[in-house]
Amino acid sequence: MDLFNNLALGFATASSIENLFFCLIGVILGTLIGVLPGIGATATIAMLLPITFQLEPVSSLIMLAGIYYGAQYGGSTTAILINMPGESSSAVTAIDGYQMARKGKAGSALAIAAIGSFFAGTVSTFLVAIFAPPLTEVALKFGAAEYFSLMVVGLVSSIALAHGSIVKALAMVALGLLLGLVGTDIYTGTARFTLGVREYADGLNFVAVAVGVFGIAEILRNLESEKTRSILMAKVTGLLPSKEDFRAMIAPVLRGTAIGSVLGILPGGGAILASFASYTVEKKISDHPEEFGRGAVAGVAGPESANNAGAQTSFIPLLTLGIPANPVMALMIGAMIIQGIVPGPNVASEQPALFWGIIASMWIGNLMLVVLNLPLIGLWVKLLTIPYYVLFPIIMTFCAIGVYSVNSNVYDLYSVAFFGLIGYVLAKLRCEPAPLLLGFVLGPLLEENLRRAMILSRGDPMTFINRPISAGLLICAALVLVIVFLPSVKKKRAEVFVEED
Amino acid sequence: MNSLRFDMANLLCGLLLIATGIFFALESLDLELGTALRMGPGYFPFILACALMLFGAIILVQAFRAEGEPIGPIAIRGMLFILPAPIIFGLILRGMGFVPSIFLTALFASFASQRMTPLYAVLLSAGLTIFSLLVFVYGLNLPFRAFGPWLGF
Repeated sequence: MDLFNNLALGFATASSIENLFFCLIGVILGTLIGVLPGIGATATIAMLLPITFQLEPVSSLIMLAGIYYGAQYGGSTTAILINMPGESSSAVTAIDGYQMARKGKAGSALAIAAIGSFFAGTVSTFLVAIFAPPLTEVALKFGAAEYFSLMVVGLVSSIALAHGSIVKALAMVALGLLLGLVGTDIYTGTARFTLGVREYADGLNFVAVAVGVFGIAEILRNLESEKTRSILMAKVTGLLPSKEDFRAMIAPVLRGTAIGSVLGILPGGGAILASFASYTVEKKISDHPEEFGRGAVAGVAGPESANNAGAQTSFIPLLTLGIPANPVMALMIGAMIIQGIVPGPNVASEQPALFWGIIASMWIGNLMLVVLNLPLIGLWVKLLTIPYYVLFPIIMTFCAIGVYSVNSNVYDLYSVAFFGLIGYVLAKLRCEPAPLLLGFVLGPLLEENLRRAMILSRGDPMTFINRPISAGLLICAALVLVIVFLPSVKKKRAEVFVEED
Repeated sequence: MNSLRFDMANLLCGLLLIATGIFFALESLDLELGTALRMGPGYFPFILACALMLFGAIILVQAFRAEGEPIGPIAIRGMLFILPAPIIFGLILRGMGFVPSIFLTALFASFASQRMTPLYAVLLSAGLTIFSLLVFVYGLNLPFRAFGPWLGF
């Protein structure tokens, strides 16, 4: 059994003392930023990226992955206790989780969230292990045309899964692609859109763009209206859910895991969309839909499993194709490149220890999270009492250090300020930053593969249609686009995303 | 007042996107466009810039169809203090070194909040500087000089 050999290799790698340590650091940091509202996983990973230079590639990727799924756990704690999502993916958990807490069931709500997440994490770790190798095989057959079409699918799905106006999401992708092209043209060496600044010849720094658009813009939004958080310091007692609660959570956890696993693979959405979809499904099929919004167990168990499953399976396109499913995965690509690993189908065959080590570490990390989160809940709650005006100067300082350390380039710091402004303006104009960042990462790859495919086919654009895999992918992309523009689906989308507010 | 109803956010968004599109299109035209077979450096960006202008135009048209939610409060004070912070860090880091730069950056950024008092800001910045020095410079060995040439080191 190849699968078991591979998993054994993975667990052997992941359970070395060093890797266990970095996994632990990752999940603790992840929980920390997940608990604190106003700083997300994207900005944190971007800030910490430079720190991982010093580490072994496996350890650094294990730590960064831990931050990502750790944040999903931490986010639910904040959502349940103070009715404010620590992470956007736990926004729906706040609806019923907070109501449970108000009824004095804060302990069981937290436990349900943790157990659901752990179950989903376990299942989806195995899904990654099962599906990654065959997908890698397929990916090895990909040529320039297929890669181009695949990226088109990715960008189109990120549009479909973005909030709000579709045209705006399209515009964000185009803008992101353009920004990604800033720098030296790979074929001719011409400097493009650098405005004569030599320091931008290597392109805009990805970390600077990510920190600006996600981190700094978020700080500015939080500073708009400074209000005190009302913390429901309900005494967290009775961590073990009652028997009824257990019975009520089994089915939603299973459904949430399934929904999250599928949606996580799709580019653009990942954990956030998964939790919304799960909540909608649970409400629709429940025998007591009126309970939703008043502390329904299913309303916590379903979405929490879904967002964790989604966070895990979004590693599948990254590990097999080298294509990021969401901004966090785009940062992971950045981390791999910094470590000298070319993301893509070759990772599994050339670096099996790295590949399987990351997968195994996800399960270990999930276990750590359950152990960490339930007993230490009091500590995390204390963190919530830190006022925001103390937090953001700390975040700003770490942003500055992190961004500068990537290349020791002061112009990257100017980019951070500029993209912070852009990110804030876009947020005010109700544009989503996620498609922009995805476009930014894929821009150079998309252009390179487009140009290479055109040269290989002697200028015949039919190459994208004549090659079966490429044609299939383009049909997928077209279908997704048609579907999101269908009036009925458009209305549904609006409903799903409205529930967040 | 009622004669013209429009969605302010979409109006601005459309205009900004069109302007950005025009900027990138003009810049691309300065580059060699090439042919579909051998695309020059300007080919792909030019197409993207045109797409951006098109999307901007659609959003602009949509702005006059319906009234949207208001834009809401704008964090002027936040922008005044947060956005220059990384720039300050960039300008003085080489000259003054890590310790003074971190301290001044944190201090400056602190005042983005109305609630921050000067004393508290100084204490916070000092603590942050010590922490960063220990973790980043001594702990992680990131290539920073604690004090720079401007201070006579």
